[in-house]
Amino acid sequence: MTEKNQRSIHVPVLTRVEGEGALDLVIHKGEISELRLRIYEPPRLFEKFLEGYSYKQVPDMVARICGICPVAYQMSAIHALETVFAAPQHEWVRNMRRVFYCGEWIQSHALHIHLLAAPDFLGFENAIAMAQKYPQQVNRGLRLQAAGNRLIALFGGRSVHPVGAKVGGFYHAPAKNDVDDVLEQLRSLQQDAKDLVAWTASLDVPEDKQEFTSVALRHDNEYPMNEGRLVSSQGLNIDIEEYQQHFKEFQAPHSTALHATLHDQPYLVGPLARLNLNMDRLPDAVLEVIAATGVHFPSDNMFHSIVARAIEIYYGLFESIRLLEAYQLPAQPYVEIKPRAGVASGCTEAPRGILWHQYQVDENGDIEKAIIIPPTSQNQARIEQDLRTSLTSLGLDQDDDTLRQHGEMLIRNYDPCISCSTHFLKIKVERS
Amino acid sequence: MSSTAKPRVGVYKFASCDGCQLAFLNAGEQLLQLAELVEICHFAEAGIMDEQASVDIAFVEGSIITASDIERIEHIREHSRYLISIGACATAGGIQALRNIKDSDSWMADIYASPEFIDTLNTSTPLASHISVDLELWGCPVNGTQVMAAIRSLLFGVLPQQEHDKVCLQCKRNGSVCVMVTQGIPCMGPVTRTGCGAICPAVGRDCYACFGPADQANTDSLSKRFVGLGLLPEAISKRFHFITNDVDPFRQAGDQYCKDAQDS
Repeated sequence: MTEKNQRSIHVPVLTRVEGEGALDLVIHKGEISELRLRIYEPPRLFEKFLEGYSYKQVPDMVARICGICPVAYQMSAIHALETVFAAPQHEWVRNMRRVFYCGEWIQSHALHIHLLAAPDFLGFENAIAMAQKYPQQVNRGLRLQAAGNRLIALFGGRSVHPVGAKVGGFYHAPAKNDVDDVLEQLRSLQQDAKDLVAWTASLDVPEDKQEFTSVALRHDNEYPMNEGRLVSSQGLNIDIEEYQQHFKEFQAPHSTALHATLHDQPYLVGPLARLNLNMDRLPDAVLEVIAATGVHFPSDNMFHSIVARAIEIYYGLFESIRLLEAYQLPAQPYVEIKPRAGVASGCTEAPRGILWHQYQVDENGDIEKAIIIPPTSQNQARIEQDLRTSLTSLGLDQDDDTLRQHGEMLIRNYDPCISCSTHFLKIKVERS
Repeated sequence: MSSTAKPRVGVYKFASCDGCQLAFLNAGEQLLQLAELVEICHFAEAGIMDEQASVDIAFVEGSIITASDIERIEHIREHSRYLISIGACATAGGIQALRNIKDSDSWMADIYASPEFIDTLNTSTPLASHISVDLELWGCPVNGTQVMAAIRSLLFGVLPQQEHDKVCLQCKRNGSVCVMVTQGIPCMGPVTRTGCGAICPAVGRDCYACFGPADQANTDSLSKRFVGLGLLPEAISKRFHFITNDVDPFRQAGDQYCKDAQDS
């Protein structure tokens, strides 16, 4: 501290996030002069080591970018490659990819709500401590998480780095008996998921209204997962192939995750952005559950993200039950792929928001160039913007611990998955 | 672990995808039971933070890719009684060890406008390259049952049993049809350590060796079979240079066929 009226807060390792990061804050004469969310997990250089590998190996490689959302990485890559190869549509594959993805949304959201975020709102250091006081709620969350994992394993053999998805479809179709067992489990959890939505809406979250731009996929008649156009709350409506004409990715010196902006402005991706832009694509049964919470969407309170996650769990159950009730064994669970040279993009809704990939391949289907833009790097500029606004409105004269706790809660609310670039929060506050 | 106090456990992370920590976070009720049996001293992702603490069992995920990683892992080793590496990154350097084979400096320059801001070594190495490791649990990801079984064994005061069989043996036990014999699909099962449950052939596809090399893996013989199935040297090289690329005999087999591809 060089001057008396400057102070700095430093959060050394942010806990309850997937990955590692730190927050540096410099407060000069009562205002934030510097704010840096540093992601310091070193990069693993995935885009480069995909080069030269066959398209057939890509789903198994990109899954390794993130253990929490491997399905998302597989889906964005597979869609991009199928576009390059002009693969024909296959109704069964399309529907079952949706079920597979529902599994990932359910497990990832349940993990985040119960093990990572809720302890903040209820005043616990962690979920294990929270489970002493709230055993029913924690156990309910663990049951939902397990059901999501089971859905992934139904198609992929296991929930982390599942092995069932390939370019063209799936390696196998699950047996009808196995599907029926899973269906029974999913049906038994519908009331749990409904109760979870009501519980998250009853949590005492901060009232923190902010202006921000939401970005998500939008589909003609479905709540978005694998397909759609890219839209924003400011009127953007583009094909996913036009992504790079509107979104820019740049390196900030303090972070290994690249930052992304839309028309030079921060933007939000993830469950709240998805729900804000796609409420009208939800079935009545889900809208009724939302209406009962009294929370109004679209919402400009970032802390309603936890409610949006719970709603997407309920929707994930609803949608997977709907699709699995009509389950029929297909003649073949994939379409034949004929490789050809070309470039194409794939964009799907990972639990944390849009995940955009682009691949350039040669005539044998070997990868020449890959670009992968994960949701966390897209949210990073938005998180920094939110920290500036929220910490200022909280009052910068608060002690370091209060600022640190609020900052951590706020960052966790975005469910940043720092393994994408690479892990999380150190806060350092300097005051002058 | 003879004292009456609860054994102390830590879970630590280095360069990885976080997938192996999910062995704990996906364990459901078992995670809560575990928290009764042991004192979890450090597990950042679960919100428990004290990396300086001394522990009885340290579970470490991830590979070593920065200079500060080396200092951290040495500190964890000094403060733990048993240290167990979990997953392909910690046991073999992970898929990111592909940088050891290629020119990673040029990779950094291709991805980052200012690579000088990024603190990283140009290698990704397993924990055992830097410290002594008491037990290695292989797999990408490690199997949750193996992790819980390891804790149970250590609580009883014995070292856990290791899997040494090849995937082929598990496949036979499962009654799966061999994809290589019946369909001519090049499968890595004959050289790969089991532990995964042989899930790939069970869904009708090839094993891609995510649990690393088995004991006495005959990569030469398998490579020749792959040649017979029509794979080009470059493609054979890339089967070995994959999830556990930088561990012999996979590294060696991959290098050999990469060289053959360049010579031809």
